[in-house]
Amino acid sequence: MKAPEEIYAILKERFGEEKIEFKEDGKVVPWIIVTPDAIRDVTKFLRDDDDLDFDYLMCLSGVHYQKENTLGVTYHINSTRKKHSLTLKCIVPEDNPHVPSIESVWKTANWHEREAYDMVGIMFDGHPDLRRILCPDDWDGYPLRKDYKVQEYYRGMKVPY
Amino acid sequence: MPELRTEEMVINMGPQHPSTHGVLRVELVLDGEIVVDAIPHIGYLHRCFEKHSESMNDYQQVIPYVDRMDYVAAISNELGYAIAMERMLDIQVPERVEYIRVIFAELQRIASHLLALGTYGLDIGAFTPFLHCFRERERILDIFESTCGARLLYNYIWVGGLSHDVPDNFKNKVRDFIKYFPPKIKGYNDLLSYNKIFIDRTADVGVLPADVAVNCGASGPVLRGSGVEWDLRRHDPYSIYDRFDFDIVVGKGEMGTVGDCWDRYIVRVREMEQSLRIIEQAVEQMPDEGDVKEAIPKRIRPDAGEVYARTETPRGDLGYYIISDGSMSPYRVKARSPCFVHTGLIPTISRGAMVADVVAIIGSVDIVLGEVDR
Repeated sequence: MKAPEEIYAILKERFGEEKIEFKEDGKVVPWIIVTPDAIRDVTKFLRDDDDLDFDYLMCLSGVHYQKENTLGVTYHINSTRKKHSLTLKCIVPEDNPHVPSIESVWKTANWHEREAYDMVGIMFDGHPDLRRILCPDDWDGYPLRKDYKVQEYYRGMKVPY
Repeated sequence: MPELRTEEMVINMGPQHPSTHGVLRVELVLDGEIVVDAIPHIGYLHRCFEKHSESMNDYQQVIPYVDRMDYVAAISNELGYAIAMERMLDIQVPERVEYIRVIFAELQRIASHLLALGTYGLDIGAFTPFLHCFRERERILDIFESTCGARLLYNYIWVGGLSHDVPDNFKNKVRDFIKYFPPKIKGYNDLLSYNKIFIDRTADVGVLPADVAVNCGASGPVLRGSGVEWDLRRHDPYSIYDRFDFDIVVGKGEMGTVGDCWDRYIVRVREMEQSLRIIEQAVEQMPDEGDVKEAIPKRIRPDAGEVYARTETPRGDLGYYIISDGSMSPYRVKARSPCFVHTGLIPTISRGAMVADVVAIIGSVDIVLGEVDR
């Protein structure tokens, strides 16, 4: 079992300080911010390293940070054998929301990334099947963005809300 | 003689199909009777739970919405949300509340597994077990009804406490159920679990190997059916689960291969016995005095921050990711639902199966579409 601080030290050693940042506010579990270009290598390393052994992706969530004009992806990962867990974040600008897909690392990410794309509008590069999942294929906009406006008509039907 | 022309055929199973447990549409690509690919299409029941939560002006108001996610195991959803919020607000819940929560969560697990068992038999073609399961489920729902008035969607567990105290004869009612239920489990085994036809339909069908299950994010009975000993009640304890003695049931491949439909099914049957053990211990240890509303905050205004909490619901690992911006309404509520992940697994375990077995496979992962689509 390893604390997030120890895992951060290992990652910093391996990937360099400019790609990885440690965040802590004293109240909740600390998290690690990873730059989008490194996320696939970092997650693959976390999965394959024998001491870290993160074999389980618990949750992948898309978030819209309206004040900062950014979108974020939060990864909650866990090791079923080593019993430790970790929170990773990837922050991208709202006007160019491209994050590499980690579907090749954990298959759970497949549908979760589709959901984050559908709801928040994050583009996952390298995803094998990036389609909308909960909304219809031809829906406009991303519902979980804070500035989302429901379209007035959908295929000639009034959208009542 | 010229060769006969053959081609793959695409058929739609659902959205109105009794064996899809709700409104799931599976696009099946068939080569004769063999499934080449199965593509689930979801979203028919999407109710914008996450968007609704953001427009609530109190964190307590989210609870009726989480009830409606997994509508056959509403207490488990409430418990997860309450635990996440209590962690965020740093609330210590009174002992008595913790015990009542555990008793209800485990009763709910039994009720939910009974529904899973009954409908699974129905999918395979056995009608009688369904009636037996519902008879016992009614008894549990009666306990719920006498406590909070509702039989399905309770709004019972609140952030910091409970909406009502339990009625006076609650302990006796639960004890009666503990006595009444074990012979019935034997009945299900005689009727369904070890029935030759049932075994032939489920053993060696839809095998999910352990490494694939972990990599695909399976949890709950689906993961344990594949032989992985992983239960959040033991491995990431929440509430007071570390005080109880119970076994983690895993699939062993008794009738065929480890991780087949029968294993996933039998894990649920045996888990009911373990839940009963937990309830038995909890009823004996539960304090009689105490105000269940004591720790409920008058006004919930957490500091800016975020929390991720997960609990073991009847269907698996239910996680809540809640972000607060310091105001009265949640900034983001994301529910990581086990059924969503398990629906994503259906293609993996259906490829290469016979088309009739797809029904057995969907039934064995036990999805509730209310939670898949949210």
